[in-house]
Amino acid sequence: MPETPETTGPSISRADVAHLAGLARIDLTEAELDHLAPQLSVIVESVARVREVADEDVPPTSHPLPVTNVFRDDVVRPGLSADEALAAAPSVEQQRFSVPQILGEEA
Amino acid sequence: MISYVEAIEHFEPVIGLEVHVELGTASKMFCGCATTFGAEPNSQVCPTCLGLPGSLPVMNGAAVESAIRIGLALGCDIAGWCRFARKNYFYPDMPKNFQTSQYDEPIAFEGATDVVLADGETVRIEIERAHMEEDTGKSLHVGGATGRIHGASHSLVDYNRAGIPLVEIVTKPVIGPDAQAPEVARAYVAHLRELLLALGVSDVRMEQGSLRCDANVSLRPRSGGPDQPLGTRTETKNVNSLRSVERAVRHEICRQAELLLAGGSVTLETRHWHEDTGVTTPGRSKEQAEDYRYFPEPDLVPVAPSPQWVDHLRQTLPEPPGERRARLAAQWGFSELEMRDTVGAGALELVESTVACGASPQSARKWWLAELSRRARAEGVELADLPVSPQQVAELQGLVDGGRVNDQLARQVLDGVLAGEGSPEQVVTDRGLEVVSDDGALTAAVDQAIADHPDVAAKVRDGKIAASGALIGAVMKQLRGQADAARVRELVLQRLT
Amino acid sequence: MSGDLLKLTAADLAERLAAGEVSSVEATQAHLDRIAAVDGDVHAFLLVDTEGALAQAAEIDRRRASGAALHRLAGVPIAVKDVVATKGLPTTAGSRLLEGWVPPYDATLVTRLRGAGLPILGKTNMDEFAMGSSTEHSAFGPSHNPWDLERTPGGSGGGSAAAVAAFEAPLAIGTDTGGSIRQPGAVTGTVGVKPTYGGVSRYGLVALASSLDQAGPVTRTVLDAALLHELIGGCDPLDSTSIDAPMPDLIGSVCNADVRGLRVGVVRELGGEGYQAGVRARFDESVGLLSDAGAEVVEVSCPHFDYALAAYYLILPSEASSNLARFDAMRYGLRILPETGPDGGVPSAEDVMRATRATGFGDEAKRRIILGTYALSSGYYDAYYGSAQKVRTLIAGDFEQAFAQADVLVSPTAPTTAFRLGEKLDDPLAMYLNDVATIPANLAGVPGLSLPSGLADEDGLPAGFQILAPATADDRLYRVGGALETMLVDRWGGLLLDHAPVLAAAREVSA
Ligand SMILES: [Mg+2]
Ligand SMILES: [Zn+2]
Repeated sequence: MPETPETTGPSISRADVAHLAGLARIDLTEAELDHLAPQLSVIVESVARVREVADEDVPPTSHPLPVTNVFRDDVVRPGLSADEALAAAPSVEQQRFSVPQILGEEA
Repeated sequence: MISYVEAIEHFEPVIGLEVHVELGTASKMFCGCATTFGAEPNSQVCPTCLGLPGSLPVMNGAAVESAIRIGLALGCDIAGWCRFARKNYFYPDMPKNFQTSQYDEPIAFEGATDVVLADGETVRIEIERAHMEEDTGKSLHVGGATGRIHGASHSLVDYNRAGIPLVEIVTKPVIGPDAQAPEVARAYVAHLRELLLALGVSDVRMEQGSLRCDANVSLRPRSGGPDQPLGTRTETKNVNSLRSVERAVRHEICRQAELLLAGGSVTLETRHWHEDTGVTTPGRSKEQAEDYRYFPEPDLVPVAPSPQWVDHLRQTLPEPPGERRARLAAQWGFSELEMRDTVGAGALELVESTVACGASPQSARKWWLAELSRRARAEGVELADLPVSPQQVAELQGLVDGGRVNDQLARQVLDGVLAGEGSPEQVVTDRGLEVVSDDGALTAAVDQAIADHPDVAAKVRDGKIAASGALIGAVMKQLRGQADAARVRELVLQRLT
Repeated sequence: MSGDLLKLTAADLAERLAAGEVSSVEATQAHLDRIAAVDGDVHAFLLVDTEGALAQAAEIDRRRASGAALHRLAGVPIAVKDVVATKGLPTTAGSRLLEGWVPPYDATLVTRLRGAGLPILGKTNMDEFAMGSSTEHSAFGPSHNPWDLERTPGGSGGGSAAAVAAFEAPLAIGTDTGGSIRQPGAVTGTVGVKPTYGGVSRYGLVALASSLDQAGPVTRTVLDAALLHELIGGCDPLDSTSIDAPMPDLIGSVCNADVRGLRVGVVRELGGEGYQAGVRARFDESVGLLSDAGAEVVEVSCPHFDYALAAYYLILPSEASSNLARFDAMRYGLRILPETGPDGGVPSAEDVMRATRATGFGDEAKRRIILGTYALSSGYYDAYYGSAQKVRTLIAGDFEQAFAQADVLVSPTAPTTAFRLGEKLDDPLAMYLNDVATIPANLAGVPGLSLPSGLADEDGLPAGFQILAPATADDRLYRVGGALETMLVDRWGGLLLDHAPVLAAAREVSA
């Protein structure tokens, strides 16, 4: 059994949830914020126990199998036609995906 | 705004450059789509580079190889094991809303490269890292007055460019060059272009966006001494010509200096360069910067280049540009200035190929730097994009050397070649441009000219040799320029003296 | 006649097709009729492709008549979980965000199914983007467990499991990120296999958690699973993580199933507290049967499995938050245009993204996306995602140790039998516990199989028996699963599903 488990993670406030929802580009209603903050706090407190055993000398695993160097030859393969590519687009103009105005990159 | 001289009096500039290079692979970084520039919108896409649900990336081995060669050419260490990461942020030109990039495990790191400035001085630029990533799509902003994002009603996105392999090369802060910082920035980018071209990994066309530069600039007060920390920097995005690199860095130094001297402070931010007005304007402030939430890309396996592979690639590296230039200058007998001009005009490879096709180095240099450079400028194209090959230039020079065309005719032959009429030989034949070398025909023309201009002929007979020019001109006119002027002069003098 | 066809295993149906006793059109039509009769109650399908399935069936009948060499499963109809891209057939992943999306390409496994001539009956219901353990998080309404329509068929692949359990399809495709093939298998009395990670191409699976997702067979027998697994498995150049090595002989392992001398490890941490008594009783019985058949039963300990659930609920949401970012209303899928932006002006691309994702994602998806965004965000990465990846290493180490002592590991597949619809819907932690026994395999990439072990005494509902093997040793699952199934079927006098209640709608139709 691990000793002195530090199981209490920082609980997640309503403001935290609002900030995270901003990062994730999801508008949350007031009711959702009210509901999610305590719910996520409980979940985070529960999953925070991974820290009990995650010692410094344990290497992290990002890929389940230890495979490296999987490459493709530099050969052109047929993809989709522009029509196929655009078929599901909510809006199309000039053979391009039409999207609402983009803010923030250029003044 | 205050002058550059004044800015430099008060502050020491520190620059850093991030260069994005589009690799010249046939297919994209993670899918088999073509990378041809200028194709019909959304015609070079597939589920993977469109980010369709369920699609997966597979690494282009040739792109990885190019990235390693770039790293090696910049004197970098090559990672024994590294991964791609996802850089998460939302943007409509990025189909997955994350960029597959490298984060804390770049394929190449800790290098240095020597850059030669216009005055011959060498500056060592230290390289922090070179990493692999993918390009984004391209947006067309419509409904606004300027085609810019600002004021546009909506945007149209073409994903042909999405997924094209990029290598991002990041320098460490360049502290040394002081007043020369703008020149150093330019020379570094020019040096990278030359190196990448020699490696054959990219066509490095800044005007097409296959080499894009972001310039970081910060200032330190001179009063603070050498150990003070770096000042707050700005990152000027997409400075996309050599000239702009120099101008943008110079402008940013002046702008920041003025701000600081007025008691203000520099904001940590992204700025945009405006080629037309020569100023930068603020973009995204870094305080509001995204939290990119990087994590290792689970859909791609790690890259672990074997030492054998890296060694093999090391052996395929071309001669370093500096050494190559020195060797060619010696071989060709070029002065330092001649060599610098040749490189500056982007004509080194062209001259080299032309010499390889049999032209003398001086004649090759003359063609590419004078006549052809002039025409490229007039056409607004790169020298290398003129529709004439080094082989044809060498052939043309051969015609001049053989006395079959004179300089003036040679230019007409060139017109024909550039107009797509075939090889110089072909043009000479089709246009009937060869000089009249038959002495009988020449002598008849000379006699005719003497008969037409008795006063001039008399003067020449009286010893005013300089007057013979008018007779030579008359002969050339009569023969529509198709004569060797020196031979005509000989014949005129023979007749009259 | 059609009743007979429905009850056949895929292997038996394939034999009759090959012998010319029945046509693929007849078999396919029988299943389409069954779907028409019972799916109003079961709701296993989000889409039924009557025309397409019959056309494929007719084509395979034509090829068979022409004497062409066909795949063993040619003509056997199949249901495909709606998380798998099917060219020309809407693929929603159970989400409003993808409602009506028609992929312009086939997943690799679908290419294989089409190539082998398996008519695709339709697309099966699932929790939205495979996030859930009950199929209640489907945007299109829950599926129902054929054993008790008031109960869930498990999840996220409840639709595939219910379709097979309700005899609407002899075969189905599922995907398993934390148990979504095996846990529904357990609670519906069906067989489900999660292959070794990389054993089946992920190309064309709408990704939930890329380092955990695996597609696999959902069937009524172990042999059927082996047949389907061999068809869809193997290296795919379009999936960098697919295993570039020949698959072991799975079908042969079922046919020559023999556990004599095999070491079977009972995982101490996957049992005991939290496991329903009836589930444990059936599990113990099955272990006893294996022992009687000559297997050597040992107890093994995997101490870090206690942390698997926590690690999983960090890794999965993290990867999911990134994988699901592409649903942004720009290129495909739902687009919600708010009337104005936050400042009263014309809505920007970003406003549209926020509004669309707010409308399009259900509660569980939002919960997990926010959780994953948190776990990856700056300042928290090391504590959460980074630590979870370390736990992953420890769990893989546990497996390695355990597999040094045993050839396969076994446990109950799920701690309980099917629970009631709505029971755990707003209690995420209780819902997450359903996958406690299946998750370690996903974290370590090892293969797992669930087969029915009998009915729990308390409620008369099916319980599942899970077998785990080392990575790439999927054949061991089939060897042990095949042997155990034979013994159980012997005891039951037929498949467990033969004891399932007859569905009301089906009664009406046949009456
Ligand atoms: Mg970058
Ligand atoms: Zn592509």
